[in-house]
Amino acid sequence: MQIYLPIADLPVNIFLVFGMGLTVGFISGMFGIGGGFLMTPLLIFIGISPAVSVASVTSHIAASSFTGAINYWRKRAVDISLALMLLAAGIVGTAAGVWLFTMLRAVDQLDLVIGLSYVTLLTTVGALMINEGVQAELRARRGGPATLRRPGSHTFVHGLPLKMRFKRSKIYVSVIPVWGIGFMIGFIGAVLGIGGGFLLVPMLIYFLRVPTATVIGTSMVMTLITMTSATVMHAATNHLVDAVLALILMVGGVIGAQFGAHTGQRMRAERLRLLLGLLVFMVGMRFAYELIVQPNELYSIRMVGFD
Amino acid sequence: MRRLAAIAAILACAGALSPVRAEELVLSLSTHRVAVTSSFVGADLVLFGTIEPDAPRAALRNNYDIVATVIGPRATLRTRRKARVLGIWVNVDAREFIRVPSYLAVLSNRPVAEITNAETARRLQLGLSQITLTQRIGADFADTVPNDPFRVNFINLKKEAGQYRETPNGVTFLTPTVFRVAIPLPADTATGGYTVDVKLFANGQLVTRNNTALEVIKTGFEQYVFEASQQHGLIYGLVAAMMALFIGWAGSVVFRRD
Repeated sequence: MQIYLPIADLPVNIFLVFGMGLTVGFISGMFGIGGGFLMTPLLIFIGISPAVSVASVTSHIAASSFTGAINYWRKRAVDISLALMLLAAGIVGTAAGVWLFTMLRAVDQLDLVIGLSYVTLLTTVGALMINEGVQAELRARRGGPATLRRPGSHTFVHGLPLKMRFKRSKIYVSVIPVWGIGFMIGFIGAVLGIGGGFLLVPMLIYFLRVPTATVIGTSMVMTLITMTSATVMHAATNHLVDAVLALILMVGGVIGAQFGAHTGQRMRAERLRLLLGLLVFMVGMRFAYELIVQPNELYSIRMVGFD
Repeated sequence: MRRLAAIAAILACAGALSPVRAEELVLSLSTHRVAVTSSFVGADLVLFGTIEPDAPRAALRNNYDIVATVIGPRATLRTRRKARVLGIWVNVDAREFIRVPSYLAVLSNRPVAEITNAETARRLQLGLSQITLTQRIGADFADTVPNDPFRVNFINLKKEAGQYRETPNGVTFLTPTVFRVAIPLPADTATGGYTVDVKLFANGQLVTRNNTALEVIKTGFEQYVFEASQQHGLIYGLVAAMMALFIGWAGSVVFRRD
């Protein structure tokens, strides 16, 4: 069944889009991530322009992270003061990201920047996760303890001033790296149409030593608010949020996430991380392939406006 | 007397200048309004036309040719070219096509080259290679030579999208004087006013022309959503965000396990 998307200006198969929402939702529920880094490329692949894809996916991530945030909130697994600190900088980052997005679109380089950033981010993060995952897997084979945290090891982060205590996470760190991470996630999210959960979670763990108990819940709250504000900002400045597309994706995503979470709970954390790493890395390689191999069509058309 | 002679001379001149119009075209379009609804996947319009003698007893000729040109709402489109820079493919060059048709179909009963000579085709802009496509080149606005790479690739991309087409069998003669034109509109057709210009040829010469128009409009919900997004971006964004939160909340309630 075809449905016409009013902003993307093309008809799509409603079941295909719903299926994509369901699949990405399943993966996001399983790994506790927003799934924007999968959804945006998929939408571009079915012919929706990168700009509309990025802008519409922000609202899809807002929906799925809200479901997640509520669930983690009920389990008291959200560090609200840490989330607020991340957010203060995250909103600024999002605004900067929406501004850069608008500017890049005007000079025809949005597609390139999206492509390059996906390659760099996804292959790096993917490779790191695979590495961690494989080592954990090997440790488990040898029968050693499967811990990833190295307690007691201090980095430069712990020498910074403006320290603050985050009670629920039981950490005492400077707010400077917290703001830095928040700004970066907000910025990247707005430009690339990704919630940034797959970046935020490892950053919180490695740089701030946030315990596993609160890390995903806190990341979800952060994602929820940056993506909600990104939706509003993209709609107000670029007029590119396709509400019909977003609605189909959201419904699929929210349902898929429930089944994904169920599957995820039955798997070991290390194995999950290895699988997620492989997935992230593969998506990154797909983008690299597109940039390096000569495209079939060297020319492309972009609508400037009707007159 | 002299004045009368002058008037007669003027009339004679006028008569010689205006072509002898022995025929006229009567056109009827299957619909003048195409509604883009949520299930819109494109549309096929049909234009019927008859060739009528201008005066009741004027004779009709035998071999007529029809060229119909359908022009959609005009838009400014940017065509970009990719090239390899430091090993990756990047947009390096762009040209703006100013106020060019977003949809363009040239439909005829046989190839335009067989209907008339190259000079007439150029003058009347018959065919994709003849139509004026103004580009912004530096500070100038001009059309380029037909084999300009940007122009050629622009037309090819539009053809692939089904938005530009040249169909030498798009016009069918049902009888020697009654014809049918099939006008296909793609699914992503632009909304706005379309003009259909029909030219009648006989023996390679333009005999007469006539035109009709149609409108492609978004209706109902699609129109509402589109207008809201363009005119009230902030409110639209807030509503989209509320919708996201509602769906997210509903998901957590519906699937609550504890």
